[in-house]
Amino acid sequence: MELEAAKMIGAALAMGLGAIGPGIGLGILASKALEAIGRNPEAQSKVQTTMILAIAVTEAVAIYALVVALMILFG
Amino acid sequence: MEISIAAEKLFSFGTFPVTNSFLIGAIVSGALMLWTRRIVEHWKEVPRGSQNVLEIIVESILDLVQSVTQDRKQALKFFPLIATIFLFVLFSNWAGLLPGLGTVGIYGEHNGHHTIIPFLRSTSADLNFTLALSLIVVFTIQFTGIAALGIVKYGKKFFISPFQKPYGIGMAVGLLELVSEVGKTISFTFRLFGNVFAGEVLLTVMLHLVPYFLPLPFLFLEIFVGFIQAVVFAMLTLVFLKMATIPPEH
Repeated sequence: MELEAAKMIGAALAMGLGAIGPGIGLGILASKALEAIGRNPEAQSKVQTTMILAIAVTEAVAIYALVVALMILFG
Repeated sequence: MEISIAAEKLFSFGTFPVTNSFLIGAIVSGALMLWTRRIVEHWKEVPRGSQNVLEIIVESILDLVQSVTQDRKQALKFFPLIATIFLFVLFSNWAGLLPGLGTVGIYGEHNGHHTIIPFLRSTSADLNFTLALSLIVVFTIQFTGIAALGIVKYGKKFFISPFQKPYGIGMAVGLLELVSEVGKTISFTFRLFGNVFAGEVLLTVMLHLVPYFLPLPFLFLEIFVGFIQAVVFAMLTLVFLKMATIPPEH
């Protein structure tokens, strides 16, 4: 296999596999947050800020995969 | 379309290479300092104009810090670091979104081939900057913990005798905690770098696909992401600082 092709496959695998976990995590996070807002609509703003913080932290895992993929492609 | 992980060198200042990220960082920090300096020099009892903006920023960050620490004295102690991180990261994230991203620049040599070197590149899209910032934060966390608890008591968070109650398990957990302190540096570094750099790559790609209108929603997204990442960096620093000052159980 050529080096260029191997690099592309590697980057695609890194990003694709790396997105599975955070995807599941974000789904769980949003569903729980919506449940909490549904049960107690007055707490919406408080739940929302915590949710956005948690989303950013969860999303970071996917971002690590993205950084690795970009480094394989352009590094 | 040229995408490079490292910041590109614009020109040399003696033997010191000035990269585009460094230039933007210097401009942003200089502008922030000049702005606050000007307001402090013309301080008025009844605020007007941009003094109002500064007061709103300071008050809301201080309120946020206090709501986490639950302690006025500690809040005042943590405030300078948190506010500096928040404001500098926020404005350097947003500076990378100004018109001219990846397009306006000078011709130069980069990685062996002749290409355009843009003037605009967010400071956070340079791994050196985010690594430096997260090292500062992690070391501050350790020193704050030692200063608040004393070195022996703080060390007990990580080094637990294997003859204590959950025999051996406590020691393993303590060592894991020690590893996670190193992990904090890595996760701080790559979270900020990854988000901002990925944003710039996304915008450049969109700009090359369809130059008009299509990049607009992504610009909004990037403004949001830049803000959120600044908040997350500052908030996590604050939470870790607070956690370091809480004495270990037993």
